Formats: sequence, C-alpha cells, structure tokens
Amino acid sequence: MKRRISSTTLADLQKGESRTVLSVRGEGRVTRRLMEMGVIPGVSVQMVKAAPFGDPLEIRVRGYNLALRRNEAETVEVEGGSAR
Amino acid sequence: MKDTATKLLTIALAGNPNAGKTTLFNSLTGLNQKVANYPGVTVERKEGFWDLGGESATLIDLPGLYSLDATSLDEEIAQKIITGDLDGVPKPDVIVSVVDATNLERNLYLTAQLLEYGIPVVVALTMIDVFEKQKHQIDIDKLSECLGVPVVPVNAKSDRGKDELAEIVRELAITRRPARYQWNGDADGDNAKIFSRYNFISGAVQESVRHNDKREHRLSERIDRVLTHKVFGLAILVLVLLTVFQAIFSWATLPMDLLEQGFGAIGDGVRAALPEGILADLIVDGIIAGVGGVLVFLPQILLLFLFISILEDTGYLARAAFLLDKLMSRVGLHGKAFLPLMSSFACAIPGIMATRTIENRRDRFTTILIAPFMSCSARLPVYTLMIGAFFTGQTVFGFVSVGAVLMLAMYTLGIVVALIVAFVLKRTLLKAPPPPFIMELPPYRMPSMRTVLQNMLTRAWLFVKRAGTVILAISIILWALMYFPRSEPAAAPPALTQAEAAVDPATGRPGDAAVELAIPESEQLRNSFAGKLGHAIEPVISPLGFDWKIGVALIASFAAREVLVSTLSIIYNVGRDENEESETLISAIRHAKDDRGRIVWTPLTALTLMVFFVLAMQCMSTVAIVRRETNSWPWTLFMVGYMTGLAYLASFVTYQGGRLLGFE
Repeated sequence: MKRRISSTTLADLQKGESRTVLSVRGEGRVTRRLMEMGVIPGVSVQMVKAAPFGDPLEIRVRGYNLALRRNEAETVEVEGGSAR
Repeated sequence: MKDTATKLLTIALAGNPNAGKTTLFNSLTGLNQKVANYPGVTVERKEGFWDLGGESATLIDLPGLYSLDATSLDEEIAQKIITGDLDGVPKPDVIVSVVDATNLERNLYLTAQLLEYGIPVVVALTMIDVFEKQKHQIDIDKLSECLGVPVVPVNAKSDRGKDELAEIVRELAITRRPARYQWNGDADGDNAKIFSRYNFISGAVQESVRHNDKREHRLSERIDRVLTHKVFGLAILVLVLLTVFQAIFSWATLPMDLLEQGFGAIGDGVRAALPEGILADLIVDGIIAGVGGVLVFLPQILLLFLFISILEDTGYLARAAFLLDKLMSRVGLHGKAFLPLMSSFACAIPGIMATRTIENRRDRFTTILIAPFMSCSARLPVYTLMIGAFFTGQTVFGFVSVGAVLMLAMYTLGIVVALIVAFVLKRTLLKAPPPPFIMELPPYRMPSMRTVLQNMLTRAWLFVKRAGTVILAISIILWALMYFPRSEPAAAPPALTQAEAAVDPATGRPGDAAVELAIPESEQLRNSFAGKLGHAIEPVISPLGFDWKIGVALIASFAAREVLVSTLSIIYNVGRDENEESETLISAIRHAKDDRGRIVWTPLTALTLMVFFVLAMQCMSTVAIVRRETNSWPWTLFMVGYMTGLAYLASFVTYQGGRLLGFE
C-alpha cells in the first residue's frame, strides 16, 4: 500500500481547501522538482481545481499556481484528519 | 576603468520561465542578438550585445530555469556556463537574476542558488507595476539588504531601470564584489539545502513585503473559471486549435502559391536568359526549384510560430497542456505534445519545430518521431489524384461518397499508427515513466508584440539556415539522379529535332513545344539513374502492385510528396504541368500498362499507394528538420527506416489482403 489510511495527502483536498504540508515522501527527480517549486514542509497549499478529465490538479502555493498529476500530489502529506 | 574598456564583459541573464527574461533581454540588446544551439545539444544559445555606457558586454540569455541542480539538460548547460565549464563560453563576470515580483518566493529560489557560486549577482525585479497595482507593497532597499545584493526594479516597456541596471553591472564587474550571502555549507543532503534556501528567502520576503491578502486581484483564476472549465474550457480549446489549424492549412495557401509562382517565374526568366544546356538545367530545375521548395514552407512556419508565441506568452499554452494531459498521458505523451501534433496536419516541419516547448528529451523525441504520421497538406494532391482516378462517383449507403470515406480513413490511419508507435516507443527505446507534469500555470498576460515577432522571425531564420542547406543539397542530388546520364540524342533523333524546330525563332523560346518535348523528357527519365533505380527496386515493390514507373515516382517524391503528381505526368508523357485533377493524367494512369502489357493501376493499387503515402517518410525537408531538432543522425535514420518499413508492411497487407479477398 502506497498510502496509509490515517494520513491525508494533497490529492485528497477539496476544491478551495487549504492545508499545511507535513512531508513530501518519495525520492528522485520528480520529488526534488516538486520541492524546488516550493512544496516543502510548513508551506500552505490550496487546492484550486482538477482538470476536466480529473487529472492533473491545479494548486496554489507561495502565491502562484502549479499543476501536478494526482499521483505526484499523493506523495505530499498534509496536516489534518480525513479531508473527505 | 580604461583598461577593461577593451575587453568585452560577459554577463549572464538567469531567471525562471515566465519571469519576463526574454522581454528584458530584447530590451537590453535590441536587435543585436544571435541565436544558435550549444554544441552537441538542442539547448538554444542566445547572445546579444549590451551597451553598458562606457563598457560593452556580451549578454548570455540562459535557458529559463527553476533551479540549477542539473536535473534537466537546460539546467545542466546553465550550470556549466556559470561555472565556466562550457567550451567557447567565457565564465560570466556578473549574473543578472531576473525575478518576477508577483511570484517572489519561488523566483528567488534560483537567485539563492546563484548566490552560492561566488559571482557578483544583481537582481532585476520585473512585473513591479503589476505587483503594485495589486496593492502589495515592497521595500526594495530592505529586500536588497536582506538578500545582500543590489535589487533594481525594471520595466522593459518603459525602459525603467535600464540605465541603473547597466551602471550597477558595470560597477560589479570592476569591483567583483561577490554576493554577501554565502552558503553556510553545513546543510547535508539536497533536501536540507532546499529547506535552507527557502528559509533564507522567506525571511527576506517577510522583512520587505507587505501582501494585500484580498483575493479579488486574482484575475487569472477568474479567467480560468471559463478557460479550464470542464465543458467550456474544452470547447474553447477546440476552437483555438481549429483556428491555428485553419490558419496554417488555408490562410497560408495564398502566400505559398505566390512563392511557388514567383520561383516559377524566376526559373523561366533564368532559362530564357541562359543558353540551353546543363548549366541552365542545374540552376532552374536543381537550385531554383530547390530553394523554392525550402522557402515555400515559410508562410506556414511564420504563421504557426506567430500563434505559438502568442499562446505561450499569454499563458494559454500551459492551460492547453493542463486540459489535455490526461488524454495524452494515456499513450505516454506529455500534454504539450498536442499542439505540435495538431500542427503536423498542415505540415510536419513547423510541427516538429514546435516540440521545443516540451522540456523532457524522451517525450520530445517521441513526439518528433510520430509527428510525420499526421496527414500533411502535401499528401492531399496524392489522395486527390488517386481518388479522382478510381473512386469518383461511387457512394456508400447511397449518399456518402467513397472518396470522402477514403480520405477520412487515411487521416485516421495516420493518427492510429502514430498513437500505437508512441505507446510502443515509450515502453521500449524511449522508455521512461509517464513524463512528470509539474508545471507552472502562469498568470495571463498581454504578450509583447515585439517578443512575439522576434520569436517568430528567429524560428523562421533557423529553419531557412539549417534545414535549407540540407534540402537544397538533396534537391540537387535528386535532380542529378533524374538528369544523368543524358539520353543519347541518337536514341530519339526525330523527337529532338522536332523539339528544336518548335522553338519559336522570333522569341528564341520554346513555343508549343511542350508536348513534343515531353517525349524525350520521359525517355530521359526512363534511362536516368532514377529510372534505373526504379527498375532496381521493382522486385521489392512488385508485391505491392507497383511497377518500375511507380518506383521512379516514389523515389522522386522523396523531394516532397506532391512531386508524385508531376513525376507521374512526366513518366506517362502527359506533360509536367498537369495537376492532380487533370483529366489527361487521370486517363493516362487508368490506361497505363506495364512492360508486359498488363494494366498497372487498379482501385486496389491506388488504395495501396495511398496507404504507402500515409506512412512512408517521403519528405527530405522533414528529414532535415528532424536531424536538426534531434541533433542526431541515428535517430533521424531510425525514423526514416521504421516509417518506410511500416509503410511497406501496411501496403503489402493492403495489396495482398485485397487480392485474397478477390479484389484486383
């Protein structure tokens, strides 16, 4: 199982919802690029919307809008219990 | 100061994509710039001359970067330039870090990294007018103090800050005062470094910026409520793509026809001025026709790049990729591959050049390798001729014309094969996980007309310069193949005398001799190297139902697909100026017999030829541009090989399958 049931990820957020990032799991270039783009623990992220076919997602972080795929968003753990 | 005046300073311009770097570069250098590639890679090398007032500098426009960690080719090159490790590029004396004020934190991340190299850095703050209009406040002096480097607000449109920036750069180049902030070095690992840089930035931004927290200024998100809407967004995207498609498909025809006629007229003029003979033939049929064949693509390339520049600079291209990524990623392509593929329906050349917007090399190569399967406008004359000759007046279900069905089938065949090939390539030769899609959706902005036009002209010039030379060379080779060896006049003396006699003595030009001339011309082609090649490949192509004459036409149409029509005209003796709707040509094709006296063309042969043209790589201009864009002959030859192989296979299946089913 990639995702523990107890944790909430960026991909779980509802439209308009904001949370603080707890950790960015995963390794490699994709994760590093995500962090260089400013998605690191402590920063606040907001879900803007999903693309028409449900993927990718658009989020707002550090005052700008970033698109990322759902499976990439799933590696970003955010605070708070179940968002669903 | 005087002793440095003789030496040209080297200044590097670094910044995030969309930070306004290109606009600033254009404003600082004017038209004093040149664009090329860095040796061995397809990363664009852009340099300009910057007059600093008393000093002169070479301004290097680094590729748009988010970071310098060498995770992409662009970043690797940029890093090498900054450390002075790239051959032929001097280590920069000063770095100008372009920072978008409306996106301060993320833009400063790159600045923080630049500070670690010990080269003097100055921050050029762009979009400051937009930032202040949004009622945010920024204390420039404070920001400069926190970062430890000079910060200069600039506005490329009003030239604000241009002189101040030049002055500071000049000063820094002399004092070589390195940035005050130095990396403390005790952060272990990449992640820790990323945290430390962002900590440093957050501190500086907190000290110097007061944000207006109201959300009302987020105009872009309001626009996106429509443009990335589930229904309207997709509808608008289709409209935008249709407009682009329409432009390169139909608006470009008029200038293209004019260019073609113009080159035809030049050719006639030159032929009239020169004595008849090999020199006139080489210049007219080889060189002028070759140059014309290159330049005829310019209107499409200019138009497509006009649209791409506008779409890119407004920020819409990123939205289009966002909307389509899910669909494209099913076959392993990036969302950004959509526009290049779409453009390839008009012509694969601008389409392949448009793949430069795709950063990842493997995704870009996959897109390049499948782009020529989209049925381009040069295939239309071939389809039209075949349908006109064998499928007119027939209908299915009583009202749908067979011609329309076949036309649609050819387009569909190209698309389906392209998707299958992409799917296979992404799992084999260009194996890679689905391309990551971490992409900024920049705020919508009015594009700067100057940047758009400059971008468009640069691309067009690159095409003429690089692809042009290869296309010209191949044109001359193909011409020579059809021209040599010269048929002995003795072989057809009556025809030749007749042709000579037909030259109007009053004007010295051939009068009504075209028809008579066609006879030795077809004879010439038959005995030329191309004719011999046609004979040589006959055993290979006869399982497809093609005789050696079609073989010659296939060889000749490597120059460009539509050349098939004029070659068939020559070879069937109907004069070279017949077009694809010509009744004479159609009738000649219908009644053509092979050397054993059998009818060559059947509807099945025509269909087989169409299938072959959908899939085969028969366009030297595309080959030239693929060579340039991939910077690799192996990949280019691989493309030619696999496409031709697929074309042969599919044609074989069509012809032999058709025969098995009882068609002739």
